[in-house]
Amino acid sequence: MFFTYLRRELAGRRRQTAIVAVGMALAIALVMIVNAVSAGVRDAQAAVLESVYGVGTDLTVSQAAGPPEQGEGGGPGVRFEFGSDDGETTDDGTAFSNSRLITERGAATFDASTLDTVEGVDGVAAASATLSLTNVTFDGELPERPSGDQATGDQSAGADAAMPAPGEGGAGGFGGGAFDVTSVTVTGVDPGATALGPLSAVELADGRGLESGDAGEDVAVLDAEYATTEGLAVGDTIELGGAEFEVVGTVASTSADAATASNAYIPLDVAQALSGADGQVSDISVQAASAADIPAVKAALEEALPDQAVNTQEDLAASVSGSLGSASSLISSLGLWLSIAVLAAAFLIAILFTIQGVTRRTREFGTLKAIGWSNRRIVGQVAGESLVQGLIGGAAGLALGFVGIGIVNAVSPNLATTSAPQAAGPGAEGGGFGGGGPFAAQQATDVVLNAPVTVSVVALAVGLALLGGLLAGAIGGWRASRLRPAEALRSNA
Amino acid sequence: MYTLEHVTKTYRQKDRTIHALHDVSLEIPTGQLVAIQGPTGGGKSTLLQLLGALDRPTSGRISLGDSDLSGLPDTKLGRIRAAEIGFVFQGFNLIPTLTAQENVETALEPLGVSAEERRRRAAQALESVGLGDRAHHVPGELSGGQQQRVAIARALVKEPEVLLADEPTGNLDEQTRDEIMGLLEGLHRDRGLTLVIVTHDSAVARRAERRLHLKRGTVTERA
Repeated sequence: MFFTYLRRELAGRRRQTAIVAVGMALAIALVMIVNAVSAGVRDAQAAVLESVYGVGTDLTVSQAAGPPEQGEGGGPGVRFEFGSDDGETTDDGTAFSNSRLITERGAATFDASTLDTVEGVDGVAAASATLSLTNVTFDGELPERPSGDQATGDQSAGADAAMPAPGEGGAGGFGGGAFDVTSVTVTGVDPGATALGPLSAVELADGRGLESGDAGEDVAVLDAEYATTEGLAVGDTIELGGAEFEVVGTVASTSADAATASNAYIPLDVAQALSGADGQVSDISVQAASAADIPAVKAALEEALPDQAVNTQEDLAASVSGSLGSASSLISSLGLWLSIAVLAAAFLIAILFTIQGVTRRTREFGTLKAIGWSNRRIVGQVAGESLVQGLIGGAAGLALGFVGIGIVNAVSPNLATTSAPQAAGPGAEGGGFGGGGPFAAQQATDVVLNAPVTVSVVALAVGLALLGGLLAGAIGGWRASRLRPAEALRSNA
Repeated sequence: MYTLEHVTKTYRQKDRTIHALHDVSLEIPTGQLVAIQGPTGGGKSTLLQLLGALDRPTSGRISLGDSDLSGLPDTKLGRIRAAEIGFVFQGFNLIPTLTAQENVETALEPLGVSAEERRRRAAQALESVGLGDRAHHVPGELSGGQQQRVAIARALVKEPEVLLADEPTGNLDEQTRDEIMGLLEGLHRDRGLTLVIVTHDSAVARRAERRLHLKRGTVTERA
């Protein structure tokens, strides 16, 4: 009888059932999509962090933020200097080419012996140091000087030329000129300890990775995407910091959603020597012995290294910015509140329709009470109808949610992200070369946003449908239970 | 047998107190066919609701057999309604989404009768009111007379001791009225039902064994 009555009532009130179900479906689909996209954003953030800091990195140690020291941040930036014998003079002018390997702007370095201190802290399972660098290449041509003695133009005059630092201007100041400044991100890694750090989150695309024997050698492993873009392959050479590096391998990110952390990876000692940062590193990746130890290890590292910043993965997640950061904040603010508002509206519609239904059926319930139906039986009937209505909405919402998530995944929006080291000081921003771009101490990464469908998303949809149905049923049932049979039979409803 | 002793019923309606029944005392023996007449607002429906255990008197006592209807809790009154009292209403009060068969089955639901037994007894009850061939029609597909027959089948399917009918022919034409009254009289006669009918229709009232008149909450016997 229960199911027959329930089925007939829902079928007999198709419009009301449809309105409640559609409202519930829209709300549940929206919650599902927001939830899935939110999970996708989290995954993307994790992928970005993984590409920067590697798999298994629980903590990072970097130079603590502080006021910029003299010459750091806001200064003139990279300066290219050319000797009188540099360049190649032709009828049109003098062509110059120069590349320098410099520490990433704003990424302060610190003594490499810190690694020993880190490894000595209880609870640290492994640690690996890296040096983040940028290789800046100046490539251009300056015209012959226009007049007089100074216009002999020949470099033999003995006047060395000083090129402006990037950001200080483009064309030369005497009749113009054309030059390009290009940059390549380079990470110096310990070739014998690639299990932790940025190379732990890559897979070999071609050739080989860095090995212990590569220490001191001018060999490089390139990001596969970068290598393709630049037309480089294993066996080719690449100029970094004025030295020729043999490309021994190419690597790709293990995450399909993100590129690797750097364009090129070279042995740490070579990186230090070429960049003039002997005995310096910019980051140490730390793996704790167990996840439970992370807070204790962090505290111990902070105590042992008062001048360094120690960050967990959670701290680092906050550093992911760019359109991914915007998506994250959009999801967590607008998406969340929109979901809550639509869900509340759907629940309200379900409750109001149920109450309206009970009011309209006052005489019907009065009749049932007159023929002996108990309050419990009538409340159960009303609640059952609302619950099934909610479940219909839930099923429709689930389908709609899958379609929405499918569309997000089909579109797969590409989000540009930058991950700024936590310890970057004020000098990390602004500065002589426009503040950002290749000189900023930020790791630019493109990630593809995917919205994963998880069991928890499906459970959330079903749970919300049940909750909405039960809530409407409980309120409607409570109202029905309060009907006095004599009054209900007198009702004109 | 019904026994009413000094029953009064008052309502509060906004700021007014309405005296629906005033010191009513009477007995209705088992198996009697009683008609209650009177002007609108005289207390007829209120008396029927008290007899049907749908409400309690403000003062006085009503008993059905050994059960004191004025003092029992709601759950026990519900059980008495389910097992011993059948109702027929002027507006039929059928559930519009259920078929005739299912409407009749609703009366057996609170008695815990099995689904199979419910179906059998409901079909039998519909046969007894001449609607065996309309069992699977919803009320909207039935005429007024047929709907009232379904309501009578619903009231009788549980084999009650008492049948209370509130204007059972009020919405019917003269010919259908006679058919319904003939049906009710037959059931009363064949099953020994106590039948209490509230009616404005003197033609219906004249067919009763006993006629009561209710005016301003006071009952008088009519010859």
